[in-house]
Amino acid sequence: MSVTMPAAGSSTGAPSRAAGQGAALRRLTLTEFQLFLRERVGPIWGVGFPLVLLIIFGSIPSFTRPRASLGGLTELDLYVPILIAFVLAMLALNVLPPVLATYREKGILRRLRTTPVGPARVLTAQLVINVAVVVVMLAVILAVARIGYGVALPRQLGGFVLAALLAAVALLAVGLFVAAAAPTGRAANAIGAILFFPMMFFAGLWLPIAQMPPVLRHISHATPLGAAVQALQDSAQGHWPHTLQLLTLAAYAVAFGLAAIRLFRWE
Amino acid sequence: MPAVIEVRNLHKSYGTTVAVDDVSFTVEEGEIFGILGPNGAGKTTTVECVEGLRTPDGGSIGVLGLDPRRDRAELTQQLGVQLQDSELPERLRVAEALRLYSSFYRQPADWRGLMEILGLTGKAGTRFGKLSGGQKQRLSIALALVGSPRIAVLDELTTGLDPQARRDTWALIEDVRSRGVTILLVTHFMEEAERLCDRVALIDAGRVVAVDTPAGLADRVQAGQRIQFRPSVPFDDGLLASLPDVTSVIHRGDVVVVTGNDNALNTVTSVLARHQIVARQLRVEQASLEDAFVALTGKHTEN
Repeated sequence: MSVTMPAAGSSTGAPSRAAGQGAALRRLTLTEFQLFLRERVGPIWGVGFPLVLLIIFGSIPSFTRPRASLGGLTELDLYVPILIAFVLAMLALNVLPPVLATYREKGILRRLRTTPVGPARVLTAQLVINVAVVVVMLAVILAVARIGYGVALPRQLGGFVLAALLAAVALLAVGLFVAAAAPTGRAANAIGAILFFPMMFFAGLWLPIAQMPPVLRHISHATPLGAAVQALQDSAQGHWPHTLQLLTLAAYAVAFGLAAIRLFRWE
Repeated sequence: MPAVIEVRNLHKSYGTTVAVDDVSFTVEEGEIFGILGPNGAGKTTTVECVEGLRTPDGGSIGVLGLDPRRDRAELTQQLGVQLQDSELPERLRVAEALRLYSSFYRQPADWRGLMEILGLTGKAGTRFGKLSGGQKQRLSIALALVGSPRIAVLDELTTGLDPQARRDTWALIEDVRSRGVTILLVTHFMEEAERLCDRVALIDAGRVVAVDTPAGLADRVQAGQRIQFRPSVPFDDGLLASLPDVTSVIHRGDVVVVTGNDNALNTVTSVLARHQIVARQLRVEQASLEDAFVALTGKHTEN
């Protein structure tokens, strides 16, 4: 092994620049995004799969035919908000918690505590990435549905954006809570998957909320994704979302957000 | 030489378990200072207090005149750390890790140069998860140095490395020190402490037993000389045990081990010669750091 080393304190070669905390956060976010792509769960299940579902549903003729039983809407009209909920749930429950829990389990957050940036910025970088992917996917899903299959853009755009934003915050809060509570990356994976399926059921992925028996429909409205899908569907059709659903989402965001903050440990 | 780390009466408990009872030592600028002790002696807890990762229950710590808890932001700029079991994301590549960590610091070292020095350039595009134990260890040393620190704290630096990788790492650490970086080294390897450290604090059960150079510690043991040989013919122990310079005679198989003072070798060989006993495979050992360790802590080392 060669054993020559630049003198301590000198920085030969690389330009000596004042590494502002902003530059560090940018580099961290970029690196975490590369890792997000390499992990593949996010790109495949959070981005690719919902788009494939959208294309499959859009290609089924009966899904794009207006139905009197749906108040003149098509099945696809109802599925667009469900696919947005799918993206949210996939990222917030199946991508974010295992990453953070693994970072804690492997001492990565602890190692960062000994550097000037500290571990909180990894959390920031992760949230930035997940929110950015959700925003891009929201636009892509709406655009593909509009251009490819004639689904109208949300008629109450302000309400739609507000509902999507609140839903994202609520789901990420639940995801952070899972990351805080899970002792290992493996456990976080399992808890995320266990939460994902019932939450997607109540979002109407397999049975539209409107066709659920009254008991299930009430439960659905009390779940974060059920409330989110209802609010998104309402605003897509031109109504301002019900206050009750917005409050439900806000309550999840606050309750799980606070619980996550209380429980979260860096090591 | 000015002190760069000053630890005074450090105390730290977890619940009812006392991890560090009362530890004091001073590290001077430019030296390699070792913290040596058996497992569970409180070595790691002590350096974690120095790094500011843990809050002491009592005592005081000054690092470059900074308080590790209060002055974290400044301390992390000047103190490079290698933790005992900390990993990186599986899919993060070597060059990406170095580039990322160099972005954290005000005056980073040239990370490409560091990668070259540590023999990792050929692995620049390799994921952390695919690196060997030695490569992971070298990357972790590189990350501890990438901020151009004045002090590097290295915890169990060569654990899990093969003998060649261990020697390479030792050469590297000596080189880092020759560039003016003060090194605080935690270890339970005698050989490592003997080879690398200018001074050693021997810690046992949360207390400092002794602080000295490795040779100074060895001198404290009254073991004198240890003489080993295979006698050509069996003889009565009393022949040697009765000598005033000899303290003990024991048999290990057909090997005789005689301990005694510095004059023992002379008297033992002359007595054997007088009785026409040939001492085959004769070996004489001076007391080592390991003897000091055993004598001072009453514990045997694992290696």
